[in-house]
Amino acid sequence: MALLQLSEPGQSMDPHQRRVAVGIDLGTTNSLVAAVRHGVAECLPDEQGRVILPSAVRYLADGGRQIGYEALAAQVEDPKNTITSVKRFMGRGYAELVLRSGISNELVEKAGMVAIRTVLGDKSPVEVSAEILATLKFRAEDTFDDEVFGAVVTVPAYFDEAQRQATKDAAQLAGLNVLRLISEPTAAALAYGLDHGPKDADSRLIAVFDLGGGTFDISILRLSDGVFEVVATGGDTALGGDDYDQALVDWFLKQLDAKVESSIEQAALNQAARHCKESLSSHGSALLEVMVGDRMLRHQVTVADFESVTRELTDRCLAVVRSTLRDANLAAGSVEEVVMVGGSTRMPQVRRAVAQFFGRDPLVKLNPDEVVALGAALQANQLAGNAGHDATLLLDVIPLSLGLETMGGLVERIVPRNQTIPTAMAQDFTTYRDGQTALALHVVQGERDRVEDCRSLARFELRGIPPMAAGVARIRVTFTVDANGLLSVEACEQGSGVLARVEVKPSYGLTDDEIARMLKESFSTAEVDMKMRALTEARVDAERLALATESALAADGDLLDDPELGVVRTLIAELRESATCEDAATIEGATQALARGTEEFAARRMNRGIQQVLAGRNVETL
Amino acid sequence: MNIQDNDFELFGLVPRFAQHPSELEGRWKDLQAQVHPDRFVAQGASAQRLAMQWSVRVNEAHKRLRDPLRRAAYLCELKGAPIGAHDNTAMPAEFLLQQMNWREALDEAQARADVEALIAEVRKVRSQALARCEELLDVEDNASAAAQQVRRLMFLDRLLQEAGDRMDALKA
Repeated sequence: MALLQLSEPGQSMDPHQRRVAVGIDLGTTNSLVAAVRHGVAECLPDEQGRVILPSAVRYLADGGRQIGYEALAAQVEDPKNTITSVKRFMGRGYAELVLRSGISNELVEKAGMVAIRTVLGDKSPVEVSAEILATLKFRAEDTFDDEVFGAVVTVPAYFDEAQRQATKDAAQLAGLNVLRLISEPTAAALAYGLDHGPKDADSRLIAVFDLGGGTFDISILRLSDGVFEVVATGGDTALGGDDYDQALVDWFLKQLDAKVESSIEQAALNQAARHCKESLSSHGSALLEVMVGDRMLRHQVTVADFESVTRELTDRCLAVVRSTLRDANLAAGSVEEVVMVGGSTRMPQVRRAVAQFFGRDPLVKLNPDEVVALGAALQANQLAGNAGHDATLLLDVIPLSLGLETMGGLVERIVPRNQTIPTAMAQDFTTYRDGQTALALHVVQGERDRVEDCRSLARFELRGIPPMAAGVARIRVTFTVDANGLLSVEACEQGSGVLARVEVKPSYGLTDDEIARMLKESFSTAEVDMKMRALTEARVDAERLALATESALAADGDLLDDPELGVVRTLIAELRESATCEDAATIEGATQALARGTEEFAARRMNRGIQQVLAGRNVETL
Repeated sequence: MNIQDNDFELFGLVPRFAQHPSELEGRWKDLQAQVHPDRFVAQGASAQRLAMQWSVRVNEAHKRLRDPLRRAAYLCELKGAPIGAHDNTAMPAEFLLQQMNWREALDEAQARADVEALIAEVRKVRSQALARCEELLDVEDNASAAAQQVRRLMFLDRLLQEAGDRMDALKA
């Protein structure tokens, strides 16, 4: 069966057609970038040969930044200006974080999302994450000596709207073209090649157990015919290896009857506890020692000690797994593979508990730190059109329900969770007062019935409703969730024929102005001429669309008659001509002209593809 | 092929109640493999928008065809007998009486076993009603009688939902 191809397989194109596409695991503790080279996904190392970039950023008084190992090393000496585990702050409000222990940064209350006070001013978690992403982008560009066409960035499956949007904003700020946000467990399953299972099997259930530095996720995937379907997700965005460190620290201080006085001591303790934990994965006991005040604290920790003080955390993981399976009406025994992801799954007690729960040994042959980035790289390679026929389609579900506030502070669910995306769902509402001309809408996310127990995403107003008696107006509210799980909402009064319409992006998201301001301040562009950057981007977009249109013509040109073909060819030629000029707006105009001029062609190609699906099936059933 | 075509036309299926789940799932995935926005990453914003519309439409049809009750309601509507669940609540007296008895039994249930027995009974009636619905739609071609069965089924589902909630409450 012929598929709509970005490029025909076997037909070798201009070498530039092979696009550099990367997978990025933006982790709580560590981040990695990977790409497919010579048909194999591999993590890209820095100049010192290290693939891991600690997710740590330090802001310096002279305006500079340190990112990664350098920042991590400075954490003890400069904890206030060094930010680690910033992923925990993404898309989160001040009130949700301020009571959490173990945060050594000064948090600042801001509308929507918390900020972190540093010597260089208040930094949004989005900006901090962008520093990490830009570092990885530069690493990839240095490796390939070429522009990065696009990136697949991973997020925990349980990430809500605010957190996903914040992640996408961070990537945009870092100058990355986001091909797709995919969930970390899905990426891990891709890395293990579980999409290429036994051919005869109908479908298989796979559990991905991902215990990272700061988040825990469990996903149940159903795989069949190269299609990944996330059938259930669960997790805890505040449970991870950092909590194991913290539990060890708390126990240690209690044993020695000591107290922490400063954030410097806290950071030093956390670091020492992490080393101790890592050592306990391969040794029966390890020495935990750290300077607190003028006192050297020292205690020999055994595996049994560590396991007993963290048993409650491991149990919490399993409780989430149990309830996720129950939600999806699945038994632990029906799961055929269990994939382990995240450095924290190196802990023997975690592996043991998981094996016991599922009644089978989990998959651990890939490095649990790298597995997510590797899977993201494979997906990025496919989305960029480098993989040809062998494409895997990822179908995702929305992790949390979306709804609207109604009278009395109750939530009316519009899109229930675990719905396959992309999806659009609509519901009609009406006015409750005579002559009412506006309607306030409050968009929330969560499973609870009361608004105050859900996460508030956006508020907006629909105005210009013609005055009518109460209950007569018909206001259709449509929620559209794209393949990345990002929401847009639209409200439209239909009863009178007068159309009033509003479209919103949720309020935690950054406005274009904010992004522009951050771009200006960001190190990654400070020395680059903004105009030059816009021009380069316009040229890349133009060439991308011209190439895509040409390969579409090669595949399906017969769908157009000669005059139509002539129009499209002319538009391509005009676009190429305009790309030589020095004005970004002119090039963008020509790009848009080609896009508009090929809308009908695209629609016909879509039809052909669908007809071929149906024709193929009908032949089989005859 | 048109985005406004009905779900059965879109999936290339005969418009009837009886469907093979494996055929339905296979068709859904094949269609998504064609229209999903991921297939059009490098083709510009208008191709993305078009793919998004189709992909949403395919998911919508899949959701409706997969669920027997929604599929039945949709078929009734296509055959000119819309369910009109909100303004058409007239039900046979004998069915309403049965409903009242079940609800009473549910309110009085003190143990999980009582609720479980009730759920089993309602499920049995439900599957009989679904079988009857299939007969009415696929054999007798009587859409308005089928719509009546669909309305009954909606009552039964609401009752099962309440029974489930009651089970959870008794557990706590």
